[in-house]
Amino acid sequence: MSAVTDEVRARDSRTSFWNDPKIRGILSQALLILVVGWFAWEIIDNTVTNLQERRIASGYRFLENTAGFGIVQTLIPYSEVSSYGRAFVVGLLNTLLVAGLSIVAATLLGFVIGIMRLSKNWLISKIAAAYVEVIRNVPLLLQLFVWYRAVLKSMPSPRESHSFADLFFVNNRGLYAPFPLFGSRMIWVLAALGLAVVLTAIFNIYAKRRQEQTGQRLPRLWVSVALILGLPALSLIINGVPVNFTYPELQGFNFVGGINMIPEFVALFLGLSIYTASFIAEVVRAGIQAVSKGQTEAGNALGLRGGSILRLIVVPQAMRVIVPPLANQYLNLTKNSSLAVAIGYPDVVATGGTVLNQTGQAVEVISLWMAVYLTLSLLTSGFMNWFNARIALVER
Amino acid sequence: MTGEPNAPRVPAFVRTESLPQRPAPVSERGVIGWMHAHLFSSWLNAALTVVGLYVIVSVAWSVIDWAILRGIWDGADREACLSTDRATPAGACWAFVRAKFPQWVYGLYPLDQRWRVNIVYIVGALALIPMMIPSAPYKRANALFLLIVYPILTLILLTGGHFAIEASDWLLLVILLAIALVLIVLLGRGAGMVDVPSALRLWVKVALGLVLLYALLGFDFGMVAVETSLWGGLLVTLVVAITGIVASLPIGIILALGRRSRLPVVRMLSIMFIELWRGVPLITVLFMASVVLPLFMPAGTSVDKLLRALIGVALFSAAYMAEVIRGGLQAIPKGQYEAAAAVGLPYWRMMQFIILPQALRIVIPGIVNSFIALFKDTTLVSIIGIFDLLGILHAGLADARWSTPQTAATGYFAVALIYWIFCFSMSRYSIFMEHRLGAGMRR
Repeated sequence: MSAVTDEVRARDSRTSFWNDPKIRGILSQALLILVVGWFAWEIIDNTVTNLQERRIASGYRFLENTAGFGIVQTLIPYSEVSSYGRAFVVGLLNTLLVAGLSIVAATLLGFVIGIMRLSKNWLISKIAAAYVEVIRNVPLLLQLFVWYRAVLKSMPSPRESHSFADLFFVNNRGLYAPFPLFGSRMIWVLAALGLAVVLTAIFNIYAKRRQEQTGQRLPRLWVSVALILGLPALSLIINGVPVNFTYPELQGFNFVGGINMIPEFVALFLGLSIYTASFIAEVVRAGIQAVSKGQTEAGNALGLRGGSILRLIVVPQAMRVIVPPLANQYLNLTKNSSLAVAIGYPDVVATGGTVLNQTGQAVEVISLWMAVYLTLSLLTSGFMNWFNARIALVER
Repeated sequence: MTGEPNAPRVPAFVRTESLPQRPAPVSERGVIGWMHAHLFSSWLNAALTVVGLYVIVSVAWSVIDWAILRGIWDGADREACLSTDRATPAGACWAFVRAKFPQWVYGLYPLDQRWRVNIVYIVGALALIPMMIPSAPYKRANALFLLIVYPILTLILLTGGHFAIEASDWLLLVILLAIALVLIVLLGRGAGMVDVPSALRLWVKVALGLVLLYALLGFDFGMVAVETSLWGGLLVTLVVAITGIVASLPIGIILALGRRSRLPVVRMLSIMFIELWRGVPLITVLFMASVVLPLFMPAGTSVDKLLRALIGVALFSAAYMAEVIRGGLQAIPKGQYEAAAAVGLPYWRMMQFIILPQALRIVIPGIVNSFIALFKDTTLVSIIGIFDLLGILHAGLADARWSTPQTAATGYFAVALIYWIFCFSMSRYSIFMEHRLGAGMRR
C-alpha cells in the first residue's frame, strides 16, 4: 500500500518540476525581468550614444543656465535673465493657477447642470441634456481654439472694448478687472481669519461631542459661518479697511491698473471649465439617481421637509457615489490643462517645450513633466481617497 | 346567504349597469395635460420654463440667422464672404468649407490617387456595418477581416506597398520561426508543457501568415508611393484613432491580466506601466514620441513621424484600455474562475475560454467610450505637426485667399459638427449595446 503511494509520489515529483506553478512562476518572471532589463538596457545605451553624438550633456545642470526667453504671465518675478529652472517653476505655477480655478468653476457649473438634468421641468432637463451631449462630444482642443481664436481674438481693440458696469473690460488683449491692494494692517485681518478657523474647529468638536452625549444639536453651520465671516469683518472695520482697489482705466492705447487676465488664460479657463462641467454633470446625475427612492420616502415618512431630506439624507449618500469619479475628472482637467501649449498659455508643458527646443535636453525635460503630473495625480487622488474614506459607509 | 345565486336581490335604487367612462379632465390629458405636468406644475417651474424657452429661442435664432439666413454658400474666394454693406454683416462662409472639404477628407493625398483612399473608406464602412448589427451572421469571420485583413489592405493601399524587405529580414523571420519550432519540440517532448500536435498546427498557421504578409508587403502592386506627410484630414484622424484602438486592445488585455496576476514581478511591472501612462497627459506622451523616441532608437534609424505618433497613442490608450478590461475581469464572479480550475483548465485556457469572453462582453460599452475619448484626443497630434482634421482646418485658415472675419468661425463650426456626428453616434451605439447586453441581467 505504502509502496504504491510512494511510487505515485515519486512519479508526481518527477513531472511536477515543470508543472509546479511555483517553479513556472519563478521561471516566467525571471524571463520577463530578463526581457524588460534587456529592453531598458538597449534604450539607455542607444540614448547615451545618440546624446554623445549630438554633444548634449545629460543631467539637470542646464536648469541653472540663463533662459533668455520671456513669459507672458508670471506669478513670481521672472525675466529673460532668470534661469531655466525658474522658467519651469513659473510654468508650474501657471498650470496650478489655471487648473485650480477651472476645477472650482467646473464643479459649480457641473453641479448646476447635473441638477438641472434631474429637474421635473421637461424643458430645463432637455437644455441640460443638450449641453452635456454637445460639449462632451466635441474635442476639447477644438473648443479651446474656438474660445481663443474665434471668440477672444475677434474682440474689439482696447479703445472699443466691451465694458461691464465700467469695472470689467473685455477686449482682444484679455479681461481687465479691479484688483484689491492690501495695506500693511491686512495682517491683522488675516490673523482674525486664522483665529476664526481655529475657533470654528473647536466649536464643531464640542458640538459633535455634545450631540453624541445628549442628542441636542447645536446650530453648527450658522455659528461657523458667523465666526468665519464675522471675525475678519470686525477686524476689517477696526483696522479701517486697509484695502484699496485699483481700477482698470484706458490710457492711450491700453488699460492701466486693475488686473489683466491674458486671453490665453481666459480661453483655457473657459474651455476647461465648460468641457469638464459636462462630465461632472453626468457624475452628479448618476450619483443622485443612485440614491434609492425609498430613502426619500423614508425621510418623508419621518416627517422631514424637502430641504432637510436633501441635505441630511440624499446628498450625503449621493456624495459617496460622486466623489471617486469626481476625483477622476479633477485629474483629467489637470492633465488637460497641458493643451495650453496649443494656444500659447505658458503652462509647465509650454515653458518646458521652449526649454526643450533651446537646450535639446529632451529626456530631462520630459522626466520633469512626468514628475510634475505624477505628483499632482498622486496628491489629488490621495486627498480624494482621504475624503472618500471619511464619508464612506461604515459597514458592520 | 343561500337563495337563488342567479338572481341577486338588488335594491331598486342601485344601478345595475356601469356608467360610460368620462374622459379625464382637460388639464390632465393630451398636450395641455402634458404641459401642465412637465412645464407648469408650479410657479417656479413656469418661470423656469419661460427662461428656458427664451434661452433656446435666442440661441437657435442666432445660429439659424448666422448659419443659414446670412450664410454664403457659393463663391470662389474671399470676395464672396465679405459683406458689401455695413448694416448686415456676412454670416457663415460655407463657400470656404465647400472649397476645402476635399482637403478635409483626403489631406494632401495626390488627386489622381484618391481612389485608394476611397476604397479604404468604402471597404471599412462595408465591413464595419455588419459588425455593428447584432443579428448579422459570420461575426467571427467579419471580426478577423476587420482586425487582420483590413489593416494590411489599408497599409498597402495607403502607402502604395512595395516595402523594402531585404534578405536579412527574411533570414530573421526564418530564424525566429525555427527557434519557436525548437522550443515547441523541446517543451513538448521533454517537459510536457505544450501539446505538440496543436502547437505545431498553430506554428504552421502563424508561419504561413507571416510569410504571406512579408510577400504581400514586399510585392510591387505598381502603385505610386505616397508619403505619410501627404496624408491628412479625416484620413489621419481615422488612421490614428483606429490604430490606437486596435493596437491597444491586445496590449490592454495583457496588461489587465498582468495587473491581476499572482506573480509579483508581473503585477508590479504592469501597475507601473499603467499608472505611468495614465498619470501624464497625452500631449507629453506625443512630445515624447516625437522628440525622445528617436533618441531611444539605434543611431541612424529613422522612424516615420506619423508612426511615432501612432506608437505613442497606442501605448497611451493601452493603459486606459487595461483599466477598462480590468473592470470587466473583476466583474466575473469568483465561481467562474473556480469552476474553470475545477475542470482542470490551465491559466491561459481558462482566460481564453471562460473569463475573457465574458469580461470583454461586459466592457464593450467601456471600450466604445474609450474609443470616443481616443477619437477626440486624436486632435492633439496636430500640436506635433501632423495634419489631422483639426490640423488641416488650421492649414486652410492660414490661406490668405480665404481670410475673412467669418472664415475661422465657420471652419470651427463645420469641423466641430463632423467630430460631433462621429462621437455622438458612437455614444448612442454604446447605449444601445448596453441595453442589449443588459437584457439577460434584467428580470
